[in-house]
Amino acid sequence: MREFAALLDRLVLTPQRNGKIRLLVDYFRQTPDPDRGLALAAITRDLDIANVKPAMLRALVAERMDEQLFAYSYDYVGDLAETISLVWSAREPSRANAIPTLGDVVASLARASRSDAIKLVEKWLDQLDASARYALLKLVTGGLRIGVSARLAKQALADFGSVDVSEIEELWHGLKPPYQSLFAWLEGKAEKPASLAAAPFRPVMLSTPLEEPDYTKIVAEDYAAEWKWDGIRVQLTAETGQRRIYSRTGDDISHAFPDIADAMNFAGTLDGELLVARSTDESVEIGAFGDLQQRLNRKAVSARQMESHPAFVRLYDLLIDGDEDIRTLSFAERRQRLERFAAALDPSRFDLSPLVAYTTFEDLAALRRDPPHPVIEGLMLKRWDSTYVPGRPKGPWFKWKRDPFTIDAVLVYAQRGHGKRSSFYSDYTFAVWTGPEDDPHLVPVGKAYFGFTDEELKQLDAYVRNNTTERFGPVRSVRAEPAHGLVLEVAFEGLNRSKRHKSGVAMRFPRIARLRWDKPPIEADRLETLEALLRDSDATD
Amino acid sequence: MLTRPEELLRSTPTGLYSPAGDFHIDPVSPVERALITHGHADHARPGHRHVMATRQTLDIMGIRYGDNFAGTTQAAELGTVSEINGVKVSFHPAGHVLGSAQIAVEKDGMRIVCSGDYKRAADPTCIGFEPVPCDVFITEATFALPVFRHPDARDEIAKLVKSIAQFPERSHLVGAYALGKAQRVIRMLRDAGYDRTIYIHGALTKLCEYYQSQGIDLGPLSPATLETGTPQDFAGSVVVGPPSSFQDRWARRFPDPVSCFASGWMRIRQRARQQGVELPIILSDHCDWDELTGTIRELAPSQIWVTHGREEALVRWCDLNGFAARPLHLVGYEDEGD
Repeated sequence: MREFAALLDRLVLTPQRNGKIRLLVDYFRQTPDPDRGLALAAITRDLDIANVKPAMLRALVAERMDEQLFAYSYDYVGDLAETISLVWSAREPSRANAIPTLGDVVASLARASRSDAIKLVEKWLDQLDASARYALLKLVTGGLRIGVSARLAKQALADFGSVDVSEIEELWHGLKPPYQSLFAWLEGKAEKPASLAAAPFRPVMLSTPLEEPDYTKIVAEDYAAEWKWDGIRVQLTAETGQRRIYSRTGDDISHAFPDIADAMNFAGTLDGELLVARSTDESVEIGAFGDLQQRLNRKAVSARQMESHPAFVRLYDLLIDGDEDIRTLSFAERRQRLERFAAALDPSRFDLSPLVAYTTFEDLAALRRDPPHPVIEGLMLKRWDSTYVPGRPKGPWFKWKRDPFTIDAVLVYAQRGHGKRSSFYSDYTFAVWTGPEDDPHLVPVGKAYFGFTDEELKQLDAYVRNNTTERFGPVRSVRAEPAHGLVLEVAFEGLNRSKRHKSGVAMRFPRIARLRWDKPPIEADRLETLEALLRDSDATD
Repeated sequence: MLTRPEELLRSTPTGLYSPAGDFHIDPVSPVERALITHGHADHARPGHRHVMATRQTLDIMGIRYGDNFAGTTQAAELGTVSEINGVKVSFHPAGHVLGSAQIAVEKDGMRIVCSGDYKRAADPTCIGFEPVPCDVFITEATFALPVFRHPDARDEIAKLVKSIAQFPERSHLVGAYALGKAQRVIRMLRDAGYDRTIYIHGALTKLCEYYQSQGIDLGPLSPATLETGTPQDFAGSVVVGPPSSFQDRWARRFPDPVSCFASGWMRIRQRARQQGVELPIILSDHCDWDELTGTIRELAPSQIWVTHGREEALVRWCDLNGFAARPLHLVGYEDEGD
């Protein structure tokens, strides 16, 4: 429990991805089974253990300390589990060999009723130190949030065993905590576990951005072109009675899209783009990415949401046809199979992503500049002879994204960064003008923390320090007036409506494209410009 | 004949003042006669006509403010009683930082001990706290909440040592107050077997030299400047500086630093998070909750005056445990410093 607690303490405060991976790899190396596997499951939130209610914990503390002193403490700390972990006084000093391991805790809780669980928790609180008490309380109240995604955990496993992360992704859904067979393989002590899952995830093939030197390679004989739709990439698998919808990193998101799962009355594995779309006899009306967001990251979905935001998959590729694995066939052959396969599917849930005909590269460039639909984010270029391989090989598939949108905005707040950037004001909130033309004010529309060079970062940091008007902890507000301030050219991929932001808009992937030292702030854009852009994308709904 | 302790010592806008002896303890603005508990800037200020403090505290004030920090000075020997206007005054170790002392004042059989800042945990850089029986005990309350239980300092230093091994290509920037904490961290790193050169911020140089001159071996130290090399020279190194310096441009010379902060405040995760601290080192020069309550039980004074910090919780504890206590609202002390 102590090692697990120490790991959590460090992960929570480590901002860099590589730092987190290092901590996880070291932990896997130093910790025996089953604790390391259980810790992994706790972090990826795949650990199902008895739930202890906060009220039960408060009652425990009330038996041991003055309520007023507890109230002062809770008020100061603000987090119940942390407060209890710190104020807890053991009735008798614990003996070293009485400290339970994570495995002990999980195994005992699995056998315990809810009323027994709280007694166990009380006993352990007496045995553990403050840091481990905190880990325990977060574990049993289900509040373990430590900023480690399943994807990151899988990458750490891959690094630990020096294998490619796609191998982990492929196996993941057949494995259960504490993952002993997985660790044994990664340590070279056993064979790779056979994929046990019905309808497993197959690691997806990704593309690289098309850049200038490769333009000449793009000729119609070699490369097929198709639209790149702005949804989320998914893999649909139906086999041996199982239906699963995976994200491109292998997360099972079937539960959020029962409308799609219900329509998966096929046998095979498809690759496509998940969208929100309403299909009629003549056409398919695709919603903006913002509509799709209404359906993402939900544990359960209501009938009303499925009605108002119906899910739809536009198909790109076929990996398994019936029980035949066709990933080794060429894209041209797979595409033919896909067209046949798609013809039999429910047209209200699936359609084919059309190929884009072209003769010259200039044709493509023109299409990219002016795509026929706002939910297109660019072109995909796939070699006709490319087999379907996991990962991101350079050459067989290119993505050629539409140029980003840009606006000129005014820097209004800056926040200190983390890690390497902790001495720099590196996170910038920017605003555009709104209100009457003759008396405008600024309204923040987004925040960006990349896009600039190291040299520009130094200039920005110096500017922030020299033009600070107020400080709030790590944040400084920066002078921003019609005639004095800094204009940032901000590039972004798209806009969503947002109820959370005062401006009513939220940008996707905003980044700093240029520093406009030359431009007076009053000449920055107005909110109306962004609102017009939103209306453009609404028009197609 | 004194009838009330307030005639011997009481709170005034300039700090603790003794009407009977006509002197102040740790005054916040210049006065005629000041007794100083220790060298931290909120307790030891320049500009008093006459200052009495331990030799080390006087030296530290000289280092910080220059030789003319006071009109005249008088070094107090620990445990030796002297008299000021008929009030007996003696200095006793407080265990806070080098030179720190509690000040006992006594007249007509009534003794008040002003503890200044103090701690009970072991510290290789200063003499340990010595309990002095008294009628009134004036205690600090910086960490007077039951959530503050400082862990074993050696375990905290071990976390730092482990991280240095785990991230050998990065530098570890340890934020620590220039007087006391910084030297304690360095000394404890040496005790933990870390024998490489430790780099220090310029603000620490003179104080570290002074500690060394007082027989506290800090091992090889070197200024954290780039004059001689490149940022990569600091890979794998430990750099100690005042906490504020790590948000300055100064910190940019170090490769991908792990920011660490040695402070009792690091007990609270949100504090660490807010300050962008990656490796909190819970190391305090103040008493934690158990030390505060333990000291009160041990001394069992007839009155406890509680000052700078979370007075209400400690007063509540005293009420529950049958001690007469009241908050003493002193102005001008930072309860944040640790």
